[in-house]
Amino acid sequence: MTRETAINLLLAALLLALPLIAAGIGEPFYVTLATRVVVLALAAVGLNLALGLGGLLSFGHAAFFGLGGYAAGILATHAFNAEPLFAGIPGTTSMPLIWLVAIAVAGLVALPIGAISLRTTGVYFIMITLAFAQMIYYFAISWPAYGGEDGLSIYVRNSFPGLNTAQPLPYFLICFAVLIAALLLFRLIEGSRFGSAVQAARQNGVRLAAVGIPPFRIRLVAFVLSAMITGLAGALYADLNRFVGPSMLSWHMSGELMVLIILGGKGRLFGPVAGAMIFVCLEYVLGGITERWQFFLGLILLGIVLFARGGFLGLLSGKPRHV
Amino acid sequence: MSEPILEIRDLKKSFNALKATDGVSLDLQPGQIHALIGPNGAGKSTLIHQIAGSLKADSGTIRFLGQDIGSLDMAARARLGLARSFQISSLAQEFSALRNVMLAVQAKAGSSFRFFRQVTSDRRLIDPAMAMLERVGLAHRAHVPAAELSHGERRQLEIAIALALQPKAFLFDEPMAGMGPEGSKQLTTFLDGLRHEAPMLLVEHDMDAVFALADRISVLVYGRIIATGTVDEIRRDPEVRRAYLGEAA
Repeated sequence: MTRETAINLLLAALLLALPLIAAGIGEPFYVTLATRVVVLALAAVGLNLALGLGGLLSFGHAAFFGLGGYAAGILATHAFNAEPLFAGIPGTTSMPLIWLVAIAVAGLVALPIGAISLRTTGVYFIMITLAFAQMIYYFAISWPAYGGEDGLSIYVRNSFPGLNTAQPLPYFLICFAVLIAALLLFRLIEGSRFGSAVQAARQNGVRLAAVGIPPFRIRLVAFVLSAMITGLAGALYADLNRFVGPSMLSWHMSGELMVLIILGGKGRLFGPVAGAMIFVCLEYVLGGITERWQFFLGLILLGIVLFARGGFLGLLSGKPRHV
Repeated sequence: MSEPILEIRDLKKSFNALKATDGVSLDLQPGQIHALIGPNGAGKSTLIHQIAGSLKADSGTIRFLGQDIGSLDMAARARLGLARSFQISSLAQEFSALRNVMLAVQAKAGSSFRFFRQVTSDRRLIDPAMAMLERVGLAHRAHVPAAELSHGERRQLEIAIALALQPKAFLFDEPMAGMGPEGSKQLTTFLDGLRHEAPMLLVEHDMDAVFALADRISVLVYGRIIATGTVDEIRRDPEVRRAYLGEAA
């Protein structure tokens, strides 16, 4: 077992144990806080696929996060009001169904966004993904049917077969299981033939093309898969807060997801998890002391960018090596 | 003469006022090494780029195995069987030498959209890739990241990658560049054996290598081919001597 694997297992164990203890001693607030870590980590696992493996600096992943959230909110609202969605299709409060819709919507929207954005590189790619996400953000604000600027409340948390999702702990466990599944998927993809191609596209797109693999198609598939995972996280986030609003779509959110990855370690399996743990801890601890906590977050980011490019995990476990 | 593998007709490419390729026609015959020589700035690399698809020609045709490939991108041309090496090594730097070659094996198999089977235990990728590294004498460095290989080793790796593609034609852009005399000699012997696997268009400055290897030589000066012929014909050609060999021969 490598040092990084050991650290990963430790982080996973910590993330699972703390809410269990908190629930045991009757502190549900901390369970909810840990759920927030898990859901943000999941969103960042999605982004990590594009950014970490593929080197695609998407500054628009809030779009997919928000779309997943709105998928959950809209389906739940229709089910709650017993109004059909369209053409007689009813809404639903079943999480597994909502997740599928969130994943599908995020993927379907990511396909044209990726197909257009990936024709550019570097700063232009960052700007185009940002522009697409902002378009969706302003669309959500100006669409009164689903709350517009005020967002959409989910009055009762959606249901999962066999579990009482209204309780913080079962909901945490659901989210945790989804996160672990996503991490396993990430690991599988990273080590697969597709993963090799994605990483080669990041390192040297010309080399990839020269052996006959079109970098554009590889990047597009990575971008879409990445959006699908982030979309799923959005649905979970909406259920966590029992609310979805345009802020989930805004560029702050895109930036936050990037920050998580940079904090934890870009391209590393548990980078998003470590990043989300650090981020939420800072937000909670420093945020309790001063409203200006993000100033300190900025300082930490600065330190990482200057002295520890591999983020928290890079600092602890050194450079990754491809066999 | 048999049907050429690669057939270039009246190819033109300008960068503003500079005619980098000025009506080049060239045939690559099966089983042959065709060397492309010429002074610096003659447009040799520009020509290779246009054939490989990393640059688009302004006009003219490139036919490969009888098919017009002028509108295909680099990846599509590579899939048809054009394997190139780069004048300046172009590798996936973080990947080991082995994984660089495995990528080519995977590309050849046309299987890059597989998401689950792990490449690090996939004998169908590892074994052929290792075999190629052994052929170029790089097997002992298989697990070293490309970024940590020496200059000469990177050149060898580029050739291993090209071999792994089992191409219908090789495009080699100065494979000897920067190699010591011993390395050049070894590589010359190695390339000599390759002509029966696939014909080769070879851009090279090392004249000893060119004269030892080439079945035919084309001399490129200011974007034009001023002479094409066998080694002896080129050596004797007065115009070539004046334009190019004069200083070297």
